[in-house]
Amino acid sequence: MTAAPAQAGTAIGMSNLTVRFSSRRSQTTALDDVSLDIEPGEFVTIVGPSGCGKSTLLKIVAGLVRPTSGEVSLLDRPVRGPQKEIGFVFQKAALLEWRGARANILLQAEMRGMDRAQAARRADELIEMTGLTGFEKALPHELSGGMQQRVALCRALLHAPPVLLMDEPFGALDALTREQMNAELHRIWRETGTTVVLVTHSIAEAVFLGTRVVVMSARPGRIIRTFPVELPAHRDYAQVMSDPRFDRLATDLRGLLGSAAANH
Amino acid sequence: MTENALGTAGQQAATEAAGGDRTATSSPPPGSAGGPAPVDSAQPSTVGGPPPDAGGRPPRPTLGRRALALADSLWRPALVLAAFFAAWWFVAAREYVPNYLVPTPGQVWTTMTDQWSELARHTMVTLYETVLGFVLAAALGLAAAVAIAYSRTLDKALYPIVLFAQVIPKIAIAPLLVVWFGLGLTPKIILAVLIAFFPVVISGVAGLRSTDPELLDLAATMGAGPWRTFRKIRFPNALPHLMAGLKVAVTLAVVGAVVGEFVGASEGLGYVLLLANGNLDAPLLFADLILMSAIGIVLFVLVEIAEALLIPWHASRRAGVSLTTS
Repeated sequence: MTAAPAQAGTAIGMSNLTVRFSSRRSQTTALDDVSLDIEPGEFVTIVGPSGCGKSTLLKIVAGLVRPTSGEVSLLDRPVRGPQKEIGFVFQKAALLEWRGARANILLQAEMRGMDRAQAARRADELIEMTGLTGFEKALPHELSGGMQQRVALCRALLHAPPVLLMDEPFGALDALTREQMNAELHRIWRETGTTVVLVTHSIAEAVFLGTRVVVMSARPGRIIRTFPVELPAHRDYAQVMSDPRFDRLATDLRGLLGSAAANH
Repeated sequence: MTENALGTAGQQAATEAAGGDRTATSSPPPGSAGGPAPVDSAQPSTVGGPPPDAGGRPPRPTLGRRALALADSLWRPALVLAAFFAAWWFVAAREYVPNYLVPTPGQVWTTMTDQWSELARHTMVTLYETVLGFVLAAALGLAAAVAIAYSRTLDKALYPIVLFAQVIPKIAIAPLLVVWFGLGLTPKIILAVLIAFFPVVISGVAGLRSTDPELLDLAATMGAGPWRTFRKIRFPNALPHLMAGLKVAVTLAVVGAVVGEFVGASEGLGYVLLLANGNLDAPLLFADLILMSAIGIVLFVLVEIAEALLIPWHASRRAGVSLTTS
């Protein structure tokens, strides 16, 4: 697998991001003065209570939502409008139900006007890497939830994006499939060297995958604390789960999130 | 296989043969041994780590099984129709109702064969009006739907009018059209377009609006322009809605053409119907009605086939062949 080119500066820079949604009657602050810098190659996981604006944060980085105030930069360029240098994975797989798995992955190439032969080769690599071999022609409704999310992941990786944004990608999966997908994502991240930002509700997922865990408060969303994860770069799921460092960090996070939710 | 399982399978087959339980379409194919259990375990599963092989996927229905499913869905309505014809024949032949009101199927058949060349010519006229009206309505309706779905201004300005215009009895415009465009084919085609236009617009707008917003976000991060997003995502996504609208539209187009002929024409099935009515020629009247219905049915089935070819992936088409509009 070809590694994404190492970037000199920051992969993602957010400074003083504030987002307010105003409706006729009320004004809600979704994000309040969020600043965060992410280095190339990092795997940053963001945890927080529901509705704390985690997803909004990802959409701002992708250029899909404009912040009320503050600045975002992606690969040292200011974000204005939708960004192309990213891969985006949603909680729902969001596949085209009339296309088979491989054709769904290749949508990325068609929409970008990428070289067909090259994209097809890359798609086959990804299909093999994520264990989708044999399901190339299967329509989404013929695939299980985990398989669908694998297709979505392959689609997001097809153009070898330097930054991968994931919005609760495994939230709808059963616990067993989720663990498996976590292990696979960890391996893919190691192999590609892509910068990943992953939003999740699961503390275990955040700690297992992240090189850094960002904890956010309930609405209005603020960053409460950032924890470096002191686990080896190469992680094995079972080993990490029984590692005392994992336990300590998970306990700390649980305490912090508990108080964040209680204060709301 | 255990004795018990064999017994159950046998019973199931017996029930199906008796036409009892409606499980025929969902039962396992004759080749796959055993009860439903092996079929279930063939579903794709991610628990097992390494990928299951391609054979693990549920098979797409083959042509033979599709034909079987079609036959299965057709024999019941066919039976009801046969019963209806038998009742008609009985009532007419016994002259419970005088023959100048209700002719026998035999009389209708004789009329149809005797006057076939004339009837065929009129059928072609009505068919031409209907098809042209339908095609124009589909094209204009789709264009309007795209305009409404993409432009907020047009949405606000046009869509309320389109919805409101639904309540105008468009058939009542027919005399005006004849005054404007004369007795030729034009007023009939225009009326067919007017009537068939609305279901296309409404289903088209509903379909184009049903795109998952996340897919549109995704398209934006893929750097695709509006045309690519339309072609690859929004239009195919709208097709199931659109096809439902087209099926309604094609039957309405027949109504438009025939009503147009009622108001003023020198040819077409609507014109023949008025003639037969004036002459109290019940067999011709019935023959004419049958030909009108045939136009509607044939066109409807053609749209059905187009749908089956265009959206075989859609949920409404997965359970074998269906001949319903829902």
